Amino acid sequence: MKYKRLTEVLKSLLTSTLLLASTGALAQQAKPIKIGFVTFLSGPAAGPFGVPAKVAAEAIVESLNAGSAPPPYNSKGFGGSPLELVVIDEAGGATKQVSEYRNLVERQGVDFVIGYISSGDCLAVAPVAEEMKKLTVLFDCGTPRVFEEASYKYVFRTRPHATMDAVAAALYLLEKSPTTKTYGGINQNYAWGQDSWSDFSSAMAVLKPQVQITSSQMPKLGAGQYGAEISALLGTNSDVIHSSLWGGDLEAFMVQAGPRGLFKKSQLVLVAGEPYLHRLGPNIPDGTIVGARGTHGVFAPDSALNNWLKSIYKAKTKFEPNYPAYSVALGILGLKSAYEAAKLKKLSSSIPMGENKGVKEEMEKAYALGASQEEVIAAFEGLSFQSPSGRMRMALGKGHQAISGTAYGTTKLVNGQVTVVNIRQYPAESVQPPEGTASLAWIKSGMKAKK
Amino acid sequence: MRDRTVLSLVAALLALLVAGRILPQWAISYASVALYTGIVVLGMILMIRTGLVSFGQGLYYALGAYAAGTLDHLWKTSDLLTMVVVGALVASVVAFVLGFLLTKYRDIFFAMLSLAFSMILYGLLVKSSELGSTDGFGLSVKTFAGIALEQPRTTIYTVAAIIAFLAALGMHWYFRSHLGRLAGAIKDNELRVEYMGTSVRRVIHINYIISAALAGIGGALMAATIGHVDPETTAYWTTSGEFVFISIFSGTTSVFAPFLGAAIFEAVRTFAAQYFPNTWQMTLGVTMLFVIMFLPGGVWSLFQRARRTA
Amino acid sequence: MLAQVPAILIDGVMAASMMFIIAVGLTLIYGVMKILNVAHGSLYALGAYTAATFAGLWLSGGHAPLGSYAVLVASAIVVGLVTGPVIERGLLRFMYGRDEIVLVLVTYAVFLVLEDLTKLVFGVDPLLVAEPYGLLGNLDIGPLTYPTYSVALIGVALIVGAVLAFVINKTKAGKMLRAVIHDREMSAAVGINVARVYLVTFTVGAMLAALGGALTAPTTSVQPGIGAEKIVLAFAIVVIGGLGSLGGAALGALIVGIVQAAAVHWKPELELFSVYIVMAIVLIVRPKGLFAIPEARKI
Repeated sequence: MKYKRLTEVLKSLLTSTLLLASTGALAQQAKPIKIGFVTFLSGPAAGPFGVPAKVAAEAIVESLNAGSAPPPYNSKGFGGSPLELVVIDEAGGATKQVSEYRNLVERQGVDFVIGYISSGDCLAVAPVAEEMKKLTVLFDCGTPRVFEEASYKYVFRTRPHATMDAVAAALYLLEKSPTTKTYGGINQNYAWGQDSWSDFSSAMAVLKPQVQITSSQMPKLGAGQYGAEISALLGTNSDVIHSSLWGGDLEAFMVQAGPRGLFKKSQLVLVAGEPYLHRLGPNIPDGTIVGARGTHGVFAPDSALNNWLKSIYKAKTKFEPNYPAYSVALGILGLKSAYEAAKLKKLSSSIPMGENKGVKEEMEKAYALGASQEEVIAAFEGLSFQSPSGRMRMALGKGHQAISGTAYGTTKLVNGQVTVVNIRQYPAESVQPPEGTASLAWIKSGMKAKK
Repeated sequence: MRDRTVLSLVAALLALLVAGRILPQWAISYASVALYTGIVVLGMILMIRTGLVSFGQGLYYALGAYAAGTLDHLWKTSDLLTMVVVGALVASVVAFVLGFLLTKYRDIFFAMLSLAFSMILYGLLVKSSELGSTDGFGLSVKTFAGIALEQPRTTIYTVAAIIAFLAALGMHWYFRSHLGRLAGAIKDNELRVEYMGTSVRRVIHINYIISAALAGIGGALMAATIGHVDPETTAYWTTSGEFVFISIFSGTTSVFAPFLGAAIFEAVRTFAAQYFPNTWQMTLGVTMLFVIMFLPGGVWSLFQRARRTA
Repeated sequence: MLAQVPAILIDGVMAASMMFIIAVGLTLIYGVMKILNVAHGSLYALGAYTAATFAGLWLSGGHAPLGSYAVLVASAIVVGLVTGPVIERGLLRFMYGRDEIVLVLVTYAVFLVLEDLTKLVFGVDPLLVAEPYGLLGNLDIGPLTYPTYSVALIGVALIVGAVLAFVINKTKAGKMLRAVIHDREMSAAVGINVARVYLVTFTVGAMLAALGGALTAPTTSVQPGIGAEKIVLAFAIVVIGGLGSLGGAALGALIVGIVQAAAVHWKPELELFSVYIVMAIVLIVRPKGLFAIPEARKI
């Protein structure tokens, strides 16, 4: 018994040394790993989400290929094999994305796919990934439906789903302004806006049933003009305005609502306010509650990984990375962790038991093979990995859906720069449903944490 | 000159069926896209030959797609044949009703009123959270006429090929029938057709229902092929615009044209998406301008020319 | 419920004034040239991007803030003067005489090209230059506060409408224009330079599209996709009002603006398709739009 444990320890020591030592020597021979990367390059989602995600992906891949990321991600590429990105535009709708996905997999022969910001695209692509048996990491879309309505073997999502954004917003609001009596909302009339509003209002109804809804405004996605909506909201005299607007729509709303005094009357809650804080500057009133859909950006823990992401991102743009950039890091690093864990397992099992001959040869053979997709999947399920946004656990969707804590804070303008203060962290279990419970049902049943 | 269309159609079907056995998956799904799009465009062409262009064909495409989708999603019927039949029926019934109104309209007003109807459906779909709002929902095909399928993907392709064949054949005969020939006459001069004692509105109404049924079938096949339906890629005006685009791109003189046009269009789009991810829209636009400038009869005229010189 | 009527009217008229400037260019081009110009949407976007860029440069250069209004208008004129002749002389003139639907597709193709071109020139990041919007301060109308800029836009829309009406109805150029609308061949026969009328009409139309974009730019964040968003709305307006009719564009814009505002105040969930329901109802009642004037005189 004791002897067996000792060999285990020895084996893992040996393999990790070999893995690290041989990275350099073998990297040249290793076949590059081709990753299909799908993100918005055109349309309104490109500026705030798509392009920052692409910049981050390229920066991360460059840094990983150079082996310059901090541990535990300091081996080159994925376990020594360099990475190659094939970037595809996500614009054009779900039908087109399904065709493009097939092309990526079959004609471009990518080894993995990382992608999709729009929830509609995620829902459409996931079954195709399953059918084509291609490991696919959804990196930014938020709808809980992906793993609540189906279960997948080949599909993973490395960021938490959107339920926590609404739940934590309600928790934070009621802590900050416990006297809230009325609230209204302005959300875009499409799945994300509708879900944000219904999750938030359901959470509010559970947390403080006597709070009244005044008005729910649902402008069209990309409307850009909110004159009538602002008049309507002004007329309701709500204590609080909830909004999940993003990008240019959010900017337009802030620019139009500020001068008309909406924010003097109502406390503003911006569920997805973070990516544009630096651009909104003085247009965002002090005390606005903002979130970043996870512990990204200003909410990210101070760590070597976080500093690494910030520095490689800033080297490419002049801005701090926003939450989509952090989401990309989750996708790539999650896959890297799974890949290397799978490879390590393969290496250690390739060491012949009780023999001293041929150890190096066997291991080199196993090393050169890389990890097969099935092995990576086995390692990915239920994985827990480090990231610039803290630790992620693949805990939902039978080990395919990540959970993590989240955070909210309020804005404060300091020397013309928007900063976030009064940051409050929420642990994963308090803002996300346990395995097997659908999000909306969980919210309505009182949001009990799993014991 | 003898008409070889029927023979060529049979040959094309055989070639498609053989190709289904040997081509790789991506080629099959590419061909499926060309086939279901071609079926919709075939219906568009019937209307264009009647002198009417709909900017709202997405209405029937969406109805077909959502009919197929809800069969699986709400009623747990994953049968391909049922999906296609129901898709065609729903589209036809709606076209029958709206036809009483729309057949009064011509030119841009016909185009715009159909656009309004399709956008109203779009709004309804976006509003309905049971149907997944803008995210839509997924569906799967498990049987055909009750027979369990081993390889649904190949079957969907085969079914699309056979339906495309039947639709093209039927349309070929229809174009040659008395009723079909009236289409061109109406486009040229409605008044004369009326003086001949034919009800122009009745002819247009019939053609409108046929074209809607084809769009419904195309939509149902799309839903089956892609495995997902959502409002933007079915009912939104840009989808309808794309059908008009492909119709003019294809040319309206032959029942082969829609399928050839859809195939080329899809190829250009995929090619552009892969090689010019930043300028794929521009590539499509330039291709279109090129065709309009130099091939006024659509890409099909290239083949006609080739045949004439041969 | 009735308490909201004043707010609905004010919000509606403000929205209408912005939409009118765009729609009137569209209806002008259709009235004279029988082209339903889909690219009008991209010209609007191009105007917005150009104006926001130059107004931003002007302000960051430390020039007089009030001058930014001149920069906005100048940007629109430049965009119109450049794109109008290029599209009309370089492309459209080869297409005259083709099917109306083919012409729609030609402009749709131009729309696709311009969408990507705009992206290549201006990038995908939204452009936010809001200073001109706040510069004039606010006005209190009843219980609500409105930016003076939005009120001023109503005036601009009135001026644009009045100038166009005057030129078309009271000047020699307008007479020639009406002659061309009435009968192109006859006009050419009596010596009117039809090609020039087309060129000028299209350029003025393009300028109006760009002006619509330029004047909206400070009120919002200029982002990709605004062209596609605006063009369907503009279509709806001109179809409701009657294609080719100046008064129709004004009435159509008012109807759309007020109906949308009413939906927002009373039934927010209907806002998404209120415009199309109105368009369908109007077309059912008046098959050629509200101001469908007999074929001969359309503007």
